[in-house]
Amino acid sequence: MGKTLFDKVWDAHVVDSIENGPQVLYIDTHLIHEVTSPQAFNELEERNIPIFRPNQIVATADHNTPTLDQHLPIKDVLSRNQLKQLSENCNKHGIRLYELGHKYNGIVHVMAPELGITQPGKTLVCGDSHTSTHGAFGAIAFGIGTSQVAQVFASQCLLLTKPKSLRVTVNGTLKKGVLPKDVILYIISQIGTNAGTGYFCEYAGEVFERMSMEGRMTVCNMSIEMGARGGMIAPDETTFNYVKGRKFAPKDETFDKKVAYWKTLATDSDAIFDKEYTFDASEIEPMITYGTHPGMGIKISEIIPKIDDPSFRKSLDYMGFKAGESMLNKPINYVFLGSCTNSRIEDFRMAAHFIKGKQKAKNVTAWLVPGSKQVEAQIEAEGLKAVFEAAGFELRQPGCSACLAMNDDKIPAGEYCVSTSNRNFEGRQGQGARTILASPLVAAATAIEGKIIDITQHLN
Amino acid sequence: MEKFTKLTSTAIPLEVENVDTDQIIPARFLKATDKEGFGDNVFRDWRFTKEGKLNENFILNNPNYRGSILVTGTNFGCGSSREHAAWALVGYGFKVVVSSFFADIFKGNSLNNGLLPVQVSKQFLALILTRLKENPNTQITVDLENQTISILETTLSESFDIDPYKKMCMIYGYDDIDYLLSKKDQIEAFEAQKI
Ligand code: SF4
Repeated sequence: MGKTLFDKVWDAHVVDSIENGPQVLYIDTHLIHEVTSPQAFNELEERNIPIFRPNQIVATADHNTPTLDQHLPIKDVLSRNQLKQLSENCNKHGIRLYELGHKYNGIVHVMAPELGITQPGKTLVCGDSHTSTHGAFGAIAFGIGTSQVAQVFASQCLLLTKPKSLRVTVNGTLKKGVLPKDVILYIISQIGTNAGTGYFCEYAGEVFERMSMEGRMTVCNMSIEMGARGGMIAPDETTFNYVKGRKFAPKDETFDKKVAYWKTLATDSDAIFDKEYTFDASEIEPMITYGTHPGMGIKISEIIPKIDDPSFRKSLDYMGFKAGESMLNKPINYVFLGSCTNSRIEDFRMAAHFIKGKQKAKNVTAWLVPGSKQVEAQIEAEGLKAVFEAAGFELRQPGCSACLAMNDDKIPAGEYCVSTSNRNFEGRQGQGARTILASPLVAAATAIEGKIIDITQHLN
Repeated sequence: MEKFTKLTSTAIPLEVENVDTDQIIPARFLKATDKEGFGDNVFRDWRFTKEGKLNENFILNNPNYRGSILVTGTNFGCGSSREHAAWALVGYGFKVVVSSFFADIFKGNSLNNGLLPVQVSKQFLALILTRLKENPNTQITVDLENQTISILETTLSESFDIDPYKKMCMIYGYDDIDYLLSKKDQIEAFEAQKI
C-alpha cells in the first residue's frame, strides 16, 4: 500500500518505537516564544539538564508585545518581565532570538516561513497550537504543551503516538471574493470542531494546488480549529519558489538536491486515508461566524440556524444574536486585520485593493497589525501604508495583538469585532468581547461600511 | 509528577460543551513565568462577573458541589496549547476530568501533569451528570490500574482507554523526559545518519 505525505515525513523521523506505546519522533526545528517557554527553561535548570541542540531552536517575542511604541520600554511589568526572561534564557543557552524591534521579529508562524526556516519534509514544533500553519510547506508541524517544550529542549525528540490520517479534498474553482480563509471556515462549519481530533489532515485538490503559499498557510493554520493536530499540503513548484532564496533556505546544489527529495513526498496514488471529506469549490461563499467556536460559521448571506441545544443557546446569548436572523447590516465598531491566520503581505494587499479610494466608517476602530517586521516593511515599500492612511486606517506594529488580547489591544466588553484571526471563543479578544471571524476582504468591507455587508454584491 | 492509582471523590458537573482553554484560563493570566497560582484563576470569567463579584450561578461556586473530579461536556480543552490550562485545573485541586471527548493537546498536557482525563461514552456521561444533579454527594471512583470509572453504591461502571505507556507514567509518577534522556545514544545515532 502506498504512503501518504504525512507517513513519509513521519516515518523518516522515527528514532525508536516502544512496544504497544508511543514512538520517539525526532524534531528538526523548535520554535519558541515568551509565553510557553519560561517554565520549560526552569524545569531543565532545576533538573540540571542541558539544552541538547540549541542551534535547532529559534525564538521570537510575539504574544505579549505592544503594537505601539515598540522602541520604548514595555509599560506592563509582567509582560516586560516575560520578554526579559526570554532574552536571558536565549542568551544563556546560545539560542537565536529575534526580539522585539529586530528586523526579523514577528508572530512565530509568520516569521519562520518568511525566513525560510520552514521547509518541506521537516518536523517542526512550537508551544503554540497554530504551529499547524507550517504544514502548508509539506512539513509535519504541530503545537505542543510546555512539558513537551522541555522534552524537546532536553532531547530534540518527543514521545508520540502516530495520529490517524484524514484528507480533505476541494476540487473546482473558487468564486470571486472567496478567499482561503473562507475555504477553511467553510470546511470547519461542515465537519465540526472535533472532526479532526486524533488525526493529521492533508488538504488536496485543485483549490489548494492553485493557492498561493500565503493562502495555504491560512488554511493549515486553522486545522487545529477542527481538532486536527496539524494540516499539510504536498510541496510543489509554488512551495519551492517560495522557499528559494530565503535567509535559511538551502543554497545552490543543496537546494536542488532538497527539491529532488521534496518532490518524492507527495501522497502515493494508492495510499489510503482513515477518513476523507470532499467538497466542491463552487459551494463555498464568503463566510462569517456568529457563535463562540469556529465551527459556528455560515455563508455571509445565510441566516443563523436554529438549534435546540443548551450550549448553542448559551453561545448565541453571549453573542447577543438570535437564531433565524441574518448577520447582514449588523453595526460593527471594531475590525481587526491581523494574527497568524491573516497578517501576511497578501492579506494586506487584498485589503488595500478594496479600501483604495474609500473611507473608513466613523464608528469603526480598525487595527491593522502586520504579522512581522518584514511584512510591515513590505506594506510600506508597496505603498499600501499610504492607501490605509488615506482611508483613515491606523497601521500598528507587528505581534499577536488582539488575536488573544494579552497586550493592551483589547476589544471592550459587549462590542463586536470582525476579525481575521482564528478563534471566536468567549473573551478571546478581551473580557466580554464578541468576535466574528471572517476573511481580510470581509473585514476590510466591514471597516468601510461600519456594518456587515454582503461582499458578493460589491465585487465588480 | 504526582502518582495516580485510584481515587474516590464527589464531583463537580460542568454541563457545558466545547469548553476551550481560553475559558479554563484566560490569556491575560498567562504572563507568569512559573507554574504557581493558576488555580486561583481557573474559569475566571465564569466564576466572577464583569464587576468582579462571585457568580453564584456558576457550578464551581455552588457550595453543594465539591470534589477533585470535574465532569464536563464533550470536546473539553479545545483551543490553544497552553499547558497553563492543566496547571490551573491541578492548582484548583482537580485530579480527574471526565468527558465524552477531549481535545488532543489538552489531553497530553493533562497526562504530563498528573491530571487524568477519563473519556467515557456519551450515555455514561449523561448518567453521571444526572446522578450528580440529583445528588451532589454522589461519589465516583476512578481506578487507573483496572481502567474503570464507577458510581459508588450503584452497579454503574464503565471502562476507559489510556495509552499503556502513559498509564505507567501516571502510576509511577514518571515523565517523558526521563525516558527520552535514556535514549540519547540512539538519538545521536539517528542524527548522524540523517540527510
Ligand atoms: S496570532 Fe493569535 S493564534 Fe497566532 S500565535 Fe499569536 S495568539 Fe496564537
